[in-house]
Amino acid sequence: MIRLYDDLIIQVVCRIMIPLIQFFALYVIAHGHYSPGGGFQGGCILAASFILMVIAYDLDWMKKRFSEIKNTFMVALGIFIYALIGLICILLGAEYLNYGILHKILPADPIKVRALGTLGIEIGVGITVMAVMVSIFLNLTTYGRHEKGEV
Amino acid sequence: MKLFAIIIVFMTGAALIYSTLDMPDWGDPNSPASLHVSPRYIQKTIEEAATPNAVTSVLADYRGYDTLGETTVIFTAAVVCILLLRRFENDKTV
Amino acid sequence: MIWLVDILILTIVVICALGAINVRDLLSSAILLGAYSFLMCILWTEMGAVDVAFTEAAVGAGISTAFFIGAIYQTTRRTKD
Repeated sequence: MIRLYDDLIIQVVCRIMIPLIQFFALYVIAHGHYSPGGGFQGGCILAASFILMVIAYDLDWMKKRFSEIKNTFMVALGIFIYALIGLICILLGAEYLNYGILHKILPADPIKVRALGTLGIEIGVGITVMAVMVSIFLNLTTYGRHEKGEV
Repeated sequence: MKLFAIIIVFMTGAALIYSTLDMPDWGDPNSPASLHVSPRYIQKTIEEAATPNAVTSVLADYRGYDTLGETTVIFTAAVVCILLLRRFENDKTV
Repeated sequence: MIWLVDILILTIVVICALGAINVRDLLSSAILLGAYSFLMCILWTEMGAVDVAFTEAAVGAGISTAFFIGAIYQTTRRTKD
């Protein structure tokens, strides 16, 4: 499935579409407070842009931009951000994941700072979901070898 | 044997449809699900969490610990997928 | 007349589900499952659950169809039964 199929129309259209898809995914993550969306949906759309990269070009073209080491690192990074925000709340003297206490280190009042805490964990969830979906797709389509196959 | 399977499927479907007749109407404000904690989430989400979207504030703020477990499940899926499927070039055991 | 739209979408959902089970070609089956997910997304939007509809569109119709196609390419495309 992963091989270079030279088609000018598909490659040019995907080269235009991929940045727009990624911007839309970041908008969905960051605007989750006001409109439908959030970390999970935005992460899935971001992963879809990388899957489109693999399908339209080939595996090496995508791994040059988003290598496997970075991908596996980001699988753990997102959930680490999530747990770290909860731990900071404990260190500042409140319950786990009680974002109201973050007003001691962030410049906002105790109510507004809850929205910032929510944004922080949405970013963590988005990073994890994006890396997980890309990792599962690449392992599934390349027999776990992460190289271009025959079929 | 096929007839037996069809009978089982239709009986299960009939039981499921019959059990939905007892459920409250769609969007009923007096149903038990919308009387317990939902009014507080809808009324106080701005003044308590500063988040206009009530779904996001419930998922990430009121029930933040739940979402942490959900993310852990996804993380575990990726770790298991890498452990089971990933093959390296010089690995003699596979 | 919103219930007419409801009945129409539910009918197409049932047709898509039966087609996904009965069709011989596994690739068409995966695409029919994607269509099923997208119709469920429309149904949820119509019922007012926009967040669930967004998740269904991103995961059910987008990512899982790509996973299904990736898994089908590892095996044969035709079913035996």
